[in-house]
Amino acid sequence: MRNNKVRSYAVILAASTLLLAGCSSSSDDAAGGAYAGPVQDTPGTINVLAWPGYAEDGTTDPNVDWVTPFEKETGCTVNVKTYGTSDEAVQLMQAGGYDVVSASGDASLRLIYGGDLQPVNLDLIPNYADVFDNLKDRPWNTVDGKNYGVPHGRGANVLQYTLGKVKEPSSWSIVWEPNSPAKGKITAYDSAIYIADAAVYLMSTKPELGIKDPYALDQTQFDAAMALLKQQKPLIAEYWSDYTKYVGAVQSGSITAGTSWQVIANVLNGTKATVGATKPKEGATGWSDTWMISSKTEAIDCAYKWLNHIITPSVNAQAAEYFGEAPSNSKACALTANKDHCKLYHAEETDYWSDVYYWKTPTEACLDGRTDVKCLPYAEWVKAWSSFRNS
Amino acid sequence: MSSVKEILNRKPTLRAASLLSLPLLWLGVIYIGSLFALFITSIWKIDTFTSKIIREFTLENFIDVFTDRAYFNVTIRTLFVAICVTIICAVIAIPMAFFIARIAREKSRAVLIALLITPLWASYLVKIYAWRTMFYPESGFINWLISPIGGSSPGFGIFAVIIGLTYLWLPYMILPIYAGMEKLPSSLLDASSDLGAKSGRTFFSVILPITWPAIIAGSIFTFSLSMGDYITVQILGGTFQMLGNVVYQNFSLNLPFAAAVALIPVIIMMIYLSSIRKSGALDNL
Amino acid sequence: MKISLTARILLWGVMGFGFTFIYLPLVLVVINSFNKNTSFAWPPTGFTTSWWGKAAVNEGVRDAITRSAVVALSATFIALILGSLAAAAIARYKFFGREVISLLFVLPIALPGIVTGIALNNVFTNFLGQLTIFTIIVGHATFCIVVVFNNVAARYRRLGASLEEASMDLGANRFTTYRLITFPLLRSALLAGGLLAFALSFDEIIVTTFTAGAGQNTLPIWIFQNLFRPNQAPIVNVVAAALIIVSIVPIYLSQRLTQEKVN
Repeated sequence: MRNNKVRSYAVILAASTLLLAGCSSSSDDAAGGAYAGPVQDTPGTINVLAWPGYAEDGTTDPNVDWVTPFEKETGCTVNVKTYGTSDEAVQLMQAGGYDVVSASGDASLRLIYGGDLQPVNLDLIPNYADVFDNLKDRPWNTVDGKNYGVPHGRGANVLQYTLGKVKEPSSWSIVWEPNSPAKGKITAYDSAIYIADAAVYLMSTKPELGIKDPYALDQTQFDAAMALLKQQKPLIAEYWSDYTKYVGAVQSGSITAGTSWQVIANVLNGTKATVGATKPKEGATGWSDTWMISSKTEAIDCAYKWLNHIITPSVNAQAAEYFGEAPSNSKACALTANKDHCKLYHAEETDYWSDVYYWKTPTEACLDGRTDVKCLPYAEWVKAWSSFRNS
Repeated sequence: MSSVKEILNRKPTLRAASLLSLPLLWLGVIYIGSLFALFITSIWKIDTFTSKIIREFTLENFIDVFTDRAYFNVTIRTLFVAICVTIICAVIAIPMAFFIARIAREKSRAVLIALLITPLWASYLVKIYAWRTMFYPESGFINWLISPIGGSSPGFGIFAVIIGLTYLWLPYMILPIYAGMEKLPSSLLDASSDLGAKSGRTFFSVILPITWPAIIAGSIFTFSLSMGDYITVQILGGTFQMLGNVVYQNFSLNLPFAAAVALIPVIIMMIYLSSIRKSGALDNL
Repeated sequence: MKISLTARILLWGVMGFGFTFIYLPLVLVVINSFNKNTSFAWPPTGFTTSWWGKAAVNEGVRDAITRSAVVALSATFIALILGSLAAAAIARYKFFGREVISLLFVLPIALPGIVTGIALNNVFTNFLGQLTIFTIIVGHATFCIVVVFNNVAARYRRLGASLEEASMDLGANRFTTYRLITFPLLRSALLAGGLLAFALSFDEIIVTTFTAGAGQNTLPIWIFQNLFRPNQAPIVNVVAAALIIVSIVPIYLSQRLTQEKVN
């Protein structure tokens, strides 16, 4: 009797220890295996976390919808949530509840190292084969040889200006210099990553600082960027992170120039031409986005189906055209409504992208390779930005 | 079963305890517990790359908050806005409450109060957005109204935020004061005017002191709601920020720091609450 | 009481200003729900009723309103029970720590909503794993308890204990006393508290932002997501205008009820 009791207690103890060991969250889960497949036809619901314009489901514009066809075809239900900054995306993915995310380079690595994403088995995504080669296996979506997603598209953060109120600018000076013709009606992106835009401007105006990579800033370079931002503050009407609020502000005339996304310009020009958008001579920050799968998703088949669907040439073409960016699938270029789309967005070139600095997360080890100085990690950027916004 | 009843009958404290057990469990465990869990994080730190919390003791969050001039500035600004909003609300609310309680006919009182409460049912966001459209620099209502006399919309900023918050919290100030005015014994008011006091004197010497607790009760709402607001600031503030925005911006990726900042309005409110305890305002909520 | 002429003029003036101030944005909301132009510039260039039609068939709105109603009803229900229990204890008994506990019941409203929000979010995401409709209800119930508590405790204070004591002197036990004497007297306070709690929960945005999960849209969250969208903003105004109109009658009725009981 007693032996049986002792034995059963031992079993329970062992079982609970194993259970607890399994339950303990470990950031090493990032190295966990990818889904072996094959992709089944299991119905499910996926919560998609996307940049605005990436996963349109008809609610913004009833004619713009590539989600409902997916739902009809696969039987998977899709709930789309849009976010305004990469920081928001990281926080929402960490909080949980989302199965798929379109992450820019400044969010992807944070999520991978934080254990919030799982590697993606690219053999299960037939459309991946047609993705542009120079977007495959990039450092922001591939770690230790493991791929974590499929590219969506890339673009530059453009300088937008209201036609009739501002002459076409060729330089970012219109948003940075105190004698700007649009002073008091300028906007800037409300995220610490915008410090890199200051650095990009300084690369041209203060070459003596020696900035080679706007995301690799040592203390001196960083202080110069913050000083530039302080100089800009009196010119700013509002900082933006909600693109729909930005649209309203431009329509009402309270903003006439500032950094923007092409999709915002496209929405504003929907019924009649209101704004122009350009990449000024100093270059610009930009982004290259990847669709990635959460490590905690329960609808893995629907997730894979979504990844394959979104980079289907026709869908990739629709999305890239609606947003206004270069698509990732080489076959999409033939399918865009505007035959010159890929030319307009330099999808097949390399020169255009040489002065577009894709968003990435600054680290203490300088991203430009310097080993003699320490660069500021993103956490310091956030601290400085928060202090700056409240000063 | 009957012995339990007898015990409960004999010991009033036990009766009180059994009544309180459930609500106290809720507020104590869920509310206070979660507050505690939040403020504990303020002594931890975060991984600088992944932004995940590391449970190691550190005071750097508090050092950052107290040594950075910017956070002192934003605290002062937030206090300033909260005080302005409270004063303006009180100045508008007191006469209105007095009118409804004392001058309006009894039959119209319910209508007037209903008219005051109805805006509470219009969404907070929609009301503030309406104010945003009114403040637009060129195409807004305010601009349209005052441009004939040479003025122009003040635009987004601290002034717009104060107006917006005053607008939102005005009903919360009027209702407690109205309840207080209702309880004013008319005999006192009659006595005051019989003794020769003009309306102004009666107001300051009789009405104000008696309804003071009710006014303080209303101020708890306006003060606390203004101290923590971040949405109105985002919509009407332009580049202006308040404490709520600091917490909101940092909560996602630096919870320990956000928790440290969140302590500021909590401490301010606790000081405020304990200093008004004597005035009996808490009975007037 | 004698009120001088200047005082009367002043009072009427403030009343006029006050009501204009309160209703001006609301009138604007109603006008904008008929505005042809989606940028809401003033003065409006044209009018249309199409937005009302679009709002009626909008699935997102209906889903959000239903969820808001469910949350508000649940939170109010919990609050009515817990709030009246607590009010009975605080108002009728003296015990050690009574003042501290009274203070505890003010905190959810006295402390800024964002603090409550991030505290609950922290606990829910770390210990429960997910945000669901229940986490929203828990968040709302917490401040609704305060509202009900305040109303009922105030009523207890106004009533005094004499009626209850008389009832028990006549032989009724506590439950019968509560059922026949106390509860009928408390009814309108419960109604007023309940209505206010419902209204607060229905329009709550700050705490809800932190306690609602993906796809769990209450009406304020839906409004927040669509407020600035050019094609959706007018529908938001329609919803707001409809809410105002729909709520006038129940509010008036509840006010009449409360007034009568008090008098």
